[in-house]
Amino acid sequence: MSLDFSNYRDVLMGLLPELVLCGWALVLLLVVAWRHRSASDLRAAGWVAGVGLLSTALAVWWLWWNTARAAGLASMIAVDDFRFVADWLFLGAAGLTVLLSAAYLEREQLLAPEYYAMLLFATAGMMLMAGGEDLMVIFLGLELMSVSVYVLAGFDRRSPRSAEAALKYFLLGAFASAFLLYGIALIYGATGTTNLTLVGAQLGAGASAHGTMLALGVGLLLVGFGFKVAAVPFHTWAPDVYDGAPTPVTGFMATGVKAAAFAALFRVVGEAFGNAPAWHEIVWGLAVATMVGGNLLALAQRSVKRMLAYSSVAHAGYLLVAVVAGVPVGSAAFLFYLVAYTLMTIAAFGLLAAKGRRGESEVLIDDLAGLATSRPWHAFALAVCMLSLLGFPGTAGFIGKWYILVGAVSAGQTLLAAILVLTSVISAGYYLPVIMAMYMRPAASADAHGGVRLGRLGATAVAVAVAGLLYFGVAPNALLRLAGQSSITTQTPIGMSGAGPASR
Amino acid sequence: MYDHWILTALLVWPALGALVVLVAPERAAKHIALGVSLVAFALSVPMWWRFNPSGGMQFLQNVPWVPAWGIHYAVGVDGISLFLVLLTTFLVPLSVLGSYTYITKRERGFYALVLVLTSGMIGVFVALDLFLFYVMWEVMLIPMYFIIGVWGGDNRLYAAIKFFVYTMLGSLLMLVAILALYFHAGARTGVYSFDYYQILRASGDLGQAAFWCFGAFFLAFAIKVPMFPFHTWLPDAHVEAPTAGSVLLAGILLKMGTYGFLRFALPFFPSVGMHPVVQAIVITLALVGIIYGGLVAMVQPDFKKLIAYSSVAHLGFVMLGIWALTIQSVQGALLVMINHGISTGALFFLVGMLYERRHSRLIEAFGGIARVVPLLAAILTVVSLSSIGLPGTNGFVGEFLILIGAFQTHPWAAGVAAAGVIVAAAYLLPALQRVIYNPLDKKENEKLLDLTPRELAVLVPLIACIVWIGVYPKPFLDRMAPSARQFIQSVEPHLPAVSASR
Repeated sequence: MSLDFSNYRDVLMGLLPELVLCGWALVLLLVVAWRHRSASDLRAAGWVAGVGLLSTALAVWWLWWNTARAAGLASMIAVDDFRFVADWLFLGAAGLTVLLSAAYLEREQLLAPEYYAMLLFATAGMMLMAGGEDLMVIFLGLELMSVSVYVLAGFDRRSPRSAEAALKYFLLGAFASAFLLYGIALIYGATGTTNLTLVGAQLGAGASAHGTMLALGVGLLLVGFGFKVAAVPFHTWAPDVYDGAPTPVTGFMATGVKAAAFAALFRVVGEAFGNAPAWHEIVWGLAVATMVGGNLLALAQRSVKRMLAYSSVAHAGYLLVAVVAGVPVGSAAFLFYLVAYTLMTIAAFGLLAAKGRRGESEVLIDDLAGLATSRPWHAFALAVCMLSLLGFPGTAGFIGKWYILVGAVSAGQTLLAAILVLTSVISAGYYLPVIMAMYMRPAASADAHGGVRLGRLGATAVAVAVAGLLYFGVAPNALLRLAGQSSITTQTPIGMSGAGPASR
Repeated sequence: MYDHWILTALLVWPALGALVVLVAPERAAKHIALGVSLVAFALSVPMWWRFNPSGGMQFLQNVPWVPAWGIHYAVGVDGISLFLVLLTTFLVPLSVLGSYTYITKRERGFYALVLVLTSGMIGVFVALDLFLFYVMWEVMLIPMYFIIGVWGGDNRLYAAIKFFVYTMLGSLLMLVAILALYFHAGARTGVYSFDYYQILRASGDLGQAAFWCFGAFFLAFAIKVPMFPFHTWLPDAHVEAPTAGSVLLAGILLKMGTYGFLRFALPFFPSVGMHPVVQAIVITLALVGIIYGGLVAMVQPDFKKLIAYSSVAHLGFVMLGIWALTIQSVQGALLVMINHGISTGALFFLVGMLYERRHSRLIEAFGGIARVVPLLAAILTVVSLSSIGLPGTNGFVGEFLILIGAFQTHPWAAGVAAAGVIVAAAYLLPALQRVIYNPLDKKENEKLLDLTPRELAVLVPLIACIVWIGVYPKPFLDRMAPSARQFIQSVEPHLPAVSASR
């Protein structure tokens, strides 16, 4: 199916998933305007959100099935498989979050169904980011996503910590957006366009004419993205915000928000700045700093939530390695890794949310002691998540890490690959204690885990995620094929010395 | 037919058994596990006859797994791995039987993990695809980690995480080296595959990279062996692990390191591995391991720790035998790998039995118990003598072959190693004396019970092997010789080339 963006029907067609999702979000807002008091209203809103996400996923599937492609002039929206697969990922993350939130919101008495509307809007923003072929569209998507997530982070308005998280996230996020916008302005100044394809074409023709301004623009852009993905040294907001936000929201932020920023970053560096100066070295340095910093800081945490927050910083470092590996193999590895990462992180936060009691935000690693005896399945699921986060064979996390390593080594970045694996060894130092506490220590009291309640929907979500982790860890073929076919392709592959089999 | 499915069956059967054990009633778990492991052993025994000594790699099977990356499920055994597989299937039922009274909590989990561990261990020895090898190498970490961490002694958490992190550190760097080899072989031949032979053929002309790749493999395997400076995880893990864990750790897991050298590190990078400097370093470290391990064992108050350090010394012999690179020394190394599994396994069983009776592993807690438990004392004596390497026992044959072989290429090293045999006598015999002879001066020891039929059933097969290999090792050596020769041929041609070109 070929879409000609000079006629408005095809534009609508190309934006169909976003339109469907925004439509459902508006419907939801309308519904909750009248019904927003009781727990059953909350549940109804949850179902509407679920249906909205599902129908959007179907719309994406429809475009994907018909191999929709943009034809003609450079457009503002990309229509390619990378976008579709990324969209599925965001929708999946949002769907799992909806399932996990149900029990949590009722337990914490957060009876405000607007929660789900915000979730849908944030997801729409992510989809715009992954599909933006123009820096302005990416920025638009970023703002839509960020504003919604600011609200979500502060959703527990009776909790000072949640409010602190939201304010901190808002201030630093606004700061980061400003960086990004300024970077876009400078790039526009240097090249006369904000369209990624056109920028790429100009740079291919010879970018040296406007070197400094462009380099500054790219640098500021990277700072903005660095904030959003929480790369060291722009990560300082992440632990506090992740810690303070309601736990299912934290899971959503650690996966969806991060994934969207990375998707946009891939598109920007892949399509526009393949030939731009210096970004390669900058991202290389960021990757090393993020892997080392994230892992070392996570090592020092005693609260599980903060540990997971820092671990998500470390995972951003691994993903930056995929960025350095470049397109297409890096972006394929990125897609695969994100599927694994989303499953394991959301499941981990969901399991953690079920552990905390009402109003109790801190779960220390020691609090998990003896969980395996009283809640064997809960402990097993969390153990699988931890092993997958560690990148242990047999889980999807391993295949994902392996894919990134394949990308890095095939791009000649053996040193970076070595740093990646060495820092993963550090990560064993904080993932394993969780398993140790659950399986190898006795519970502090007989009733230590009495309050653990996941709920039927939450249990379904976790079961799906864990089954996915194990399945893709043993039989990754189908997902690998999908990721490989959906990688970003450009005429100027960067940093590719030998085309490996994975690049196809 | 048998040849086709046997290795796959050995991989799948214990894992399936683990699932059954997990859902079985708590009290039936150990019996089911014993049954499963006995069936695995029975399945594996015909391999001994079906194996054709001069046939190279056998019982092959090769099925694509992840075709996009050239990853295959490829398995097979030769004269090197055959015995390690058989040793595994032989030791596992004994370990299960030996744990019947030792493990009293969470039995289901324990026996399921032992069976999963069995699959992982066999997988490491039969994998002929580097990806599969790596996966198995890591996968077997988890059950061992839990076995130490959940059913171990007082300091188990520390020992478990130390064991895990040490092994992982080595193996992850090996992962990068495997990837580098994969891309090198792919660029050279146009076929991207993790197939062992594919990579073996292309690994000859790595140039400078060979050094780094060898280093990564070396680190992974040297930690596992463990060679002298990397051995510190071993005493902790051994002492804290429950009996079955110690037996499998010493009997099988340590052999994975030496197996890795024989199968991967040296055939892939013969010019680095046999470079005179590297050779000198490895042989020196092996000798340090032999002497140092023996000396440290000498001063251990804890019987289990003493045996743990003796492992360092025994594995030093194996490393010496491999690097001496003569047909006798390599055969000897292979034989010591088997012997160590049997003798040290038996020693760990015996210490575990003493511990169950007395709840102490300290040597000084015993004394004169030969009068109370004559059978146990007799068997402990036989096993100790075999561990020392007394003629007529299996220990002698292996170490003697290594010494003969090493003497031809490195006479001084053989001389030092021979002193190691004396050290072995100097740490094990006094300990033996203080445990079972000397006056019976502790009241608690007067009421000890002698071996039960179940314990005898664990120990007698081991004693039989000790005597069999000690008296008539020919069937073992015959099956090993062609593979040992092939190993030497694959490594040796690079020796003169190195000294001439560098």
